[in-house]
Amino acid sequence: MFGGNLLVNFGSVVAVILFGIGFSNLLLQKNLIKKILGLNIMDTAVYLFLAEKGYIDGRVAPIVVDGVQDVTAYINPVPSGLVLTGIVVSVSVTAIMLSLTIRLYRRYHTLDLDEISTRLKKEGL
Amino acid sequence: MAFVQNFPFFSIILSMFAGIVSSVLPAKAAKWLNTFVISAVGVMSLVLLRFLSATGRPFVYWMGHFPAPWGNEIRAGLLEAGMAVVFCVIMLLSMLGGRKKLLQEVEYSKHNLYYILTDLLLSSLLAMIYTNDLFTAYVFVEINTIAACGLIMIRQNGRTIEAAVRYMIMSLLGSGLFLIGLCMIYTLTGHLLMSNIQDAVAQLFADGAYTVPLLTTIGLMSAGLAIKSALFPFHSWLPDAYGYSTVSSAAMLSSLVSKGYIFLLIKIIYRVIGFEIFTQSKIINIFFVFGLMGMIFGSLSAMRENDIRRMISFSSVAQIGYIYMGFGLGTTLGMVASVYHIISHAATKSLLFISAIGLTDVSHGSRKFHDLTGAAYRNKIAGIGFTVGSLSMVGMPMFSGFVSKLLFSQAAVGHTIKMLPTLIVLGISTILNAIYFLKTVIRIYVPDHRQGGESIPLGAEKVYALTIICFIAFNVALGMLSQPIESWILAGLSMFG
Repeated sequence: MFGGNLLVNFGSVVAVILFGIGFSNLLLQKNLIKKILGLNIMDTAVYLFLAEKGYIDGRVAPIVVDGVQDVTAYINPVPSGLVLTGIVVSVSVTAIMLSLTIRLYRRYHTLDLDEISTRLKKEGL
Repeated sequence: MAFVQNFPFFSIILSMFAGIVSSVLPAKAAKWLNTFVISAVGVMSLVLLRFLSATGRPFVYWMGHFPAPWGNEIRAGLLEAGMAVVFCVIMLLSMLGGRKKLLQEVEYSKHNLYYILTDLLLSSLLAMIYTNDLFTAYVFVEINTIAACGLIMIRQNGRTIEAAVRYMIMSLLGSGLFLIGLCMIYTLTGHLLMSNIQDAVAQLFADGAYTVPLLTTIGLMSAGLAIKSALFPFHSWLPDAYGYSTVSSAAMLSSLVSKGYIFLLIKIIYRVIGFEIFTQSKIINIFFVFGLMGMIFGSLSAMRENDIRRMISFSSVAQIGYIYMGFGLGTTLGMVASVYHIISHAATKSLLFISAIGLTDVSHGSRKFHDLTGAAYRNKIAGIGFTVGSLSMVGMPMFSGFVSKLLFSQAAVGHTIKMLPTLIVLGISTILNAIYFLKTVIRIYVPDHRQGGESIPLGAEKVYALTIICFIAFNVALGMLSQPIESWILAGLSMFG
């Protein structure tokens, strides 16, 4: 049945919808802060997707306790590692975007990117 | 294992550590360290290239000595090593050519930051070239984006900061798509190493399982990298970013950064998805159409510009269109033409940027065409450089642009549906190129009887003149030695498989 997998993969569906919301915010918003919020929603959606895919029902985080070394007791550790790396990347990118926004705001006293562009054209730099 | 096989790892780590060390060095020392690192990496890649052409086999280097499905890997073949050499040569020349301008445009206290960014850029480019792991590639794509953003905004004025913001936004959209594509392919195949993914994808494709998710994944990764490398409808950030940043940055952004992403895309086509599967998907048709549109609309926008730097930037859009059009042909010949064009465009575009700055400097710093009248008489070497670059872009025999146009048309001939559109658009695009580039060349060689700017005699700026001469020699060498270069690309591409 078409769409029968949607319910089973409920988490991934939510993640992809969130990704779409973040993506369109980053692309379409005029306000720079809202753009950055969109960026964060987009990145977080990817981490949700990874975390959801890496989790296996009834298993625990891959930290060996009580000497249990059986593979079937633990979840896949790689997606968690990817999420950690991804968070580092997105934090640094967000920091750069915020610092650029502060620079622009101090110069032009607005957060609207289109208005900044029109003013730049008027300045004729 | 031969000692030479350590060189890809050495070059990545050397340039990265140079960046870290530069943060505590004074600007002058950072400059020399930067020059040394770029040359050292270039020499190492050249030795590696010789080694690889002697053995004729690519090799895989285990990072941290963990075997295949767990460890991270570096992989070097002929094409990778050669690309590293080309990138180093162009980066070195771009840095040399823009050095004087850097002193004028950027505060001296920020100079060592500039060299840190360049070192990081080199390291991330090399990592993107050599890595065999998709997630590592993503991390270095982001490092590359951040370094490029810094290169744009190192010259502080409203324009460059706005350009950097626009660049960041488009790049982040691209890397978001790339990231989710790569997560999907990880969940489909369970691997992150390129060779393992390729086996799994071939298996999935043969079984006919997960066809739609697989296609979506290929589409997402391709679209992400296409946005980052400024394929036609996504090029809105490009003219500002290239047009207003300091000249070394503009040259490196247009000839290295976007080419790095395209090279990564080629690796993904060959080593992750597999060339056969990629050509059977319909995505190449999208590349083909957008490539053709870029070739025409990029040139049309360039014709309308009244600013020489922005005109050159818009011409980049057209040239990126050529490269994607070559992908869209879906044949090995098309790919060879695209790879050749990556090199040829990188060599020509940086020459054009560097020589344009020489011309504007002698015209009271104005970039308007009207003020550039006769500029080639005031700065002869820049005039010659600009003329050579323009002729190469238009496709004059002897220069590199001619060979890439020839290769594209050879690749198109025999193609049932795509032959006619390719040839027609190639023709139109060549004419448009000729119109706006030769218009500029004629303009700078028209004698100006009004009071011109200062004029610079031939031997005055030795480093600048040397840079231009090296660029011209590189360009002519690419144009004259097309046969060996073509067979090198072909051998390199077959090593990918």
